[in-house]
Amino acid sequence: MSRMKLLFLQVMVAVVGLTIWHLGSTVAIGVASNGKPVHLLPPFFFSTPWDVIKRVVTMFVEGSVYKHLMITLIEATLAFAIGGISGVAIGFWFARKPLVAAVFDPYVKMMNALPRVVLAPIFALWFGLGIWSKVWLGVTLVFFIVFFNVYQGVREVPQVVLSNARMLGMNERQLLRHVYWPAALSWVFSSLHTSVGFAVVGAVVGEYLGSSAGLGYLIHQAEGVFDVTGVFAGMVILMIFVMVIDFVVTMVEKPLLVWRPGETKTV
Amino acid sequence: MTSASTNVPAVALKGVSVAYGFAGGGRYEAVQPVDVSVEDGEFVAILGPTGCGKSTLLNIAAGLMPPSSGTSLIFGERLSGLNTVAGYLFQQDALMPWKTSRDNVAIGLEVRGMARAEALKQADAFLKKVGLASFGDRYPHQLSGGQKKRVALAQVLVREPKILLMDEPFGPLDAQTRLIMSELLLDLWQADRKAVMFVTHDLDEAIALSDRVLVMSAGPSSKIIGDFTIGLARPRDIAEVRSLPEFHILHNKIWNCLRDEVRKTYGLSDSKAGAAS
Ligand SMILES: Nc1ncnc2c1ncn2[C@@H]1O[C@H](COP(=O)(O)OP(=O)(O)OP(=O)(O)O)[C@@H](O)[C@H]1O
Ligand SMILES: [Mg+2]
Repeated sequence: MSRMKLLFLQVMVAVVGLTIWHLGSTVAIGVASNGKPVHLLPPFFFSTPWDVIKRVVTMFVEGSVYKHLMITLIEATLAFAIGGISGVAIGFWFARKPLVAAVFDPYVKMMNALPRVVLAPIFALWFGLGIWSKVWLGVTLVFFIVFFNVYQGVREVPQVVLSNARMLGMNERQLLRHVYWPAALSWVFSSLHTSVGFAVVGAVVGEYLGSSAGLGYLIHQAEGVFDVTGVFAGMVILMIFVMVIDFVVTMVEKPLLVWRPGETKTV
Repeated sequence: MTSASTNVPAVALKGVSVAYGFAGGGRYEAVQPVDVSVEDGEFVAILGPTGCGKSTLLNIAAGLMPPSSGTSLIFGERLSGLNTVAGYLFQQDALMPWKTSRDNVAIGLEVRGMARAEALKQADAFLKKVGLASFGDRYPHQLSGGQKKRVALAQVLVREPKILLMDEPFGPLDAQTRLIMSELLLDLWQADRKAVMFVTHDLDEAIALSDRVLVMSAGPSSKIIGDFTIGLARPRDIAEVRSLPEFHILHNKIWNCLRDEVRKTYGLSDSKAGAAS
């Protein structure tokens, strides 16, 4: 399928969705006994697409949203950096030391099985209502994804590639640099979109459950006063935010993964 | 390790046997105690039906695993751990997929401490020798099976190992390329005679290239059942050598020895493994 056709179909989905929302929330299907019009999607609960768009534009024009975007971005970035670095380091350590991995295995599984939302209040207690409670929440999400991928990547280097590298004269340090590291990195990158997404999730959920700034806070605020338009506007901004980040990630990883098969193109 | 005296064999496997253990506790004796000796500068081909333990023997000589019994001597010294004077061309793909052909070849020099620029220069020279001058920037997944084999050959040869272990190096190549590569290998070997252990399925190739052909019996518990000296004059022309009458005599002799073993592998004969040589 050509790019244009695909793009056209993708836009059509949005148009149809918005049209249904618009008609459902603005065209009355009847009149209630008290004389008020009845909608399929009552604006009180669903707002209207036009109102949401206006609100989003206003937030950007007035500039009230930038501070919150910035806070969420900082939290997500920190969560990603800390979770990523510790995930890589500990993933490597476990993969190269099977005994350590065996000893900690049940604990790693237990911690990973824990739904992170339950940690949010306790983190707020430990780290306060500022950005750090959100950062650590994000870290608990990012860490495990990166950790598991690095662990897997290091352990699944084909035996023959390893033997070959050793026959070529590599010592342990050179093996790390030329074999284990690139193998692990390719797995980290394959999970990059997921882990970046989770860094944002951690930040937003943390903000939602208790804070005074950030996108999660914005949405929570609006919900508190039944401002459905504000809630939808917050979600739209959050979606745009995540898509921009995802795009940046795609740009970053492209040149780093040229060696991987599956990108085969014929011209 | 040094080759102080010329009459010390480059590789001497003495009473080497290999048994693989399985996780469930089972045991499979792949190779029963065998003696294999390869002189310095000698080209030895190893023939045998599939699964008989050819790769296993090379792995032992490379020091990638210890034998279950017996010892390996490399230039007279007992091998423990990796055989650092050997280059090993593996049967499977063993290139690093995240490195280009050029980097794959150069890395063996770089890890030795050679400056990167110089290593790359030599890598390019070797890629040219194997006919891949314009493929230096390709990643392994962008190469054909035969091209990958040639990069691997360059990767091994560029380090100038004293002992060459080659496991079906020309397996996936077409007949013509095979011939060209064999010629190349012979040329390189002729210039700087290394000890070679060359595993192949191809009897013609074995005779044309080597000084000696070893035939292994079908597994389990395979052993060396034939040791044929190939007296064809060197330097040889691979294409022409096949039309010599001596070639055909050797071919018949070795094939007679090999045929029964190949049959055994596929269960075409009821005799157990380990028939007399
Ligand atoms: N890691 C292993 N564990 C158990 N058995 C093994 C292992 N590696 C090889 N074997 C067995 O040992 C025997 C010899 O294997 P090897 O790879 O040396 O055969 P080969 O002669 O190289 O065969 P081919 O010509 O097909 O490459 C085979 O029967 C094989 O199944
Ligand atoms: Mg084999």
